Amino acid sequence: MKYLSEYRDPAMARALVTEIRRSATRRWVLMEVCGGQTHTIVKQGLDELLGESIEMVHGPGCPVCVTPLEQIDKALALAARPDVIFTSFGDMLRVPGSDCDLLQIRARGGAVRIVYSPLDALELARKNPDKQVVFFAVGFETTAPANAMAVWRARELGVENFSVLVSHVTVPPAMTALLEAPDNRVQGFLAAGHVCTIMGWTEYEPIAAKYRVPIVVTGFEPLDILEGMLLAVRQLEAGRHEVENQYVRAVRRDGNQPAQDLVTRVFELVDRNWRGIGPIPRSGLGIREEFAEFDAERRFALDQIRTAEPTMCRAGDVLRGVLKPFDCPAFGALCTPEHPLGAPMVSSEGACAAYYNYGRFRAGSAV
Amino acid sequence: MTTIVCPTPLTDIARVQLGHGSGGKLSAALVRERFLPHFDNPILAQLGDAAIVEVAGQQLAMSTDTFVVQPLEFPGGNIGSLAVHGTVNDLAMMGARPEWMSAAFVLEEGLPLDVLDRIVQAMAEAARAANVLLVTGDTKVVERGKADGVFINTTGLGKRWPDFAPGPTRAQPGDAVIVSGPIGRHGIAIMSAREGIAFDTELRSDSAALTPLVELLRSRVGDAVHTLRDPTRGGVASALNEIAAASRIGVELDEAVLPVPAPVAAACEMLGFDPLYVANEGVLVAFVAEHQAGAAVQALQRHALGRAATRIGRCVRDHAGLVVLKTGVGGHRVVDMLPGDQLPRIC
Repeated sequence: MKYLSEYRDPAMARALVTEIRRSATRRWVLMEVCGGQTHTIVKQGLDELLGESIEMVHGPGCPVCVTPLEQIDKALALAARPDVIFTSFGDMLRVPGSDCDLLQIRARGGAVRIVYSPLDALELARKNPDKQVVFFAVGFETTAPANAMAVWRARELGVENFSVLVSHVTVPPAMTALLEAPDNRVQGFLAAGHVCTIMGWTEYEPIAAKYRVPIVVTGFEPLDILEGMLLAVRQLEAGRHEVENQYVRAVRRDGNQPAQDLVTRVFELVDRNWRGIGPIPRSGLGIREEFAEFDAERRFALDQIRTAEPTMCRAGDVLRGVLKPFDCPAFGALCTPEHPLGAPMVSSEGACAAYYNYGRFRAGSAV
Repeated sequence: MTTIVCPTPLTDIARVQLGHGSGGKLSAALVRERFLPHFDNPILAQLGDAAIVEVAGQQLAMSTDTFVVQPLEFPGGNIGSLAVHGTVNDLAMMGARPEWMSAAFVLEEGLPLDVLDRIVQAMAEAARAANVLLVTGDTKVVERGKADGVFINTTGLGKRWPDFAPGPTRAQPGDAVIVSGPIGRHGIAIMSAREGIAFDTELRSDSAALTPLVELLRSRVGDAVHTLRDPTRGGVASALNEIAAASRIGVELDEAVLPVPAPVAAACEMLGFDPLYVANEGVLVAFVAEHQAGAAVQALQRHALGRAATRIGRCVRDHAGLVVLKTGVGGHRVVDMLPGDQLPRIC
């Protein structure tokens, strides 16, 4: 397929692996920020090809995974209401809340619908004027523009029965939090290419400079990731710490300005709780006062719902890159895709799901 | 705000969910835990695509299937033709010639009669083409909202060849794994019709009777065919997992040779799906003894349905029960059963 198969070429992949191995004089620890990249690494077996030359630790860039349990419980509460049609991307449906998940709410009679775009949810609201239609707006900077657009359009069209439950987070504060942590081992980053298509990479320049880490804006195909690794390794070997762009076919330095403008008009920076990582100041997006009527949290008074994170699931350690899924005592025994303890085991971008679904063969199929 | 009522603990799923119908792990658990204990008998315990019973020295294959597809009409067929092909194919996978069939219709009040006419017509054509007689039937009508247009159940009965007995437990280490055509077309055609996702080229369901392909395999390579399976819901991946478990063998696939049509690959990229789990209705997977593998592929290629037949992997003694794929770039990964349906991803 054009624009995909050329980034999956086996001969090129082998050449890049050889070059990475040749360039690395020691074992460097790199973090791929995005869960989509984690899945490419494990699904394509890149970690297997690389052997010992690089240690990849998996970053927090799985929007479903970092959504706090409390937000999931709020979603479940909304979805259980008879007057609500609850809409979400498919990933969210199997994520466990305190007691159940959205699929189970649906089995109990709740109206839960998968949509492919928040604008589809808005359309659903227009077609069902007697129902409240809520869209679960999760994700990083990548999904924020479309969600902002849905709110913007709702106001423009005067759709009063539409609202969004927002759990947006942004990447740079999370990277800073990881680098500030005393147990941090990460020496270089592959930044999330799709986030950067929207945001560009200027905001990563101060991080690279302050913490002296190379940051390579990287795509999602096998060759993208291998090339991103090679660029990071070359910087580390040369003692450089710059922001470099591997994903040149999609990312410009300043990103997508109209998309950023729309996000800024609808959302503002707020403090957010990250699952497993904890509260990070000014790390999320919340709806501006001007659009408050479309904020599901304000419309439905959800602030009574308070949930503490469970202790058995060590999602936080996995999301911070200090615990590999295989090393989690619950992995594959107490925690499986059928009976997940936390979101990383069921999200399509979750590290635990990647290891469980694709990686067990290499672990000696012990689980 | 009322507090949420969610008495179902996650570990004790007390209600049927859509995932129980996905063909994945939840479906398997439903059958294993809720049905088999009550109906235990040696014929059912075989758990093939069709049951094998014997009447006066003649082996008969019997299979039943219910069709609930939306939209009722889709590019490449409708629920009527699908209801014939599905049951005919289940018989064919056990090496039987389908001969007789029943059909039961649950009709929803308000279903336009011209839609019903088209469905029945397609059914009749499919039955004629597959050489199977519809010999008994039933109709029920339910109130508007109690069904989704029309549901169809078909049951088929066919005679087995005396010297040809493919079955789910007969795959052996060394067998070649062959698919008869491009994969993923039915599932993506249905999804694009349902969700209004358009592609440059229209993708048609592959719904078809597989009996001619099975007949070619039987006449040309005969008992070298150890196992046949039509990878419907749950796709090729689930079918291979079921065979790997039933035959206690490992399966090795080669991603580079999987026949995934470009529109299927594009749709899967967009939605975050894996084509290995997308439904097929006109493709078979054959496990064939290595020395006859080339002949089997050639036999399939003699028919229009099998023109793109190709070898996708082999059976091994190692990692019994596990399907492992050699990735395009040369790594390896497990191809597991999914718990439920594939869910479209966020970004």
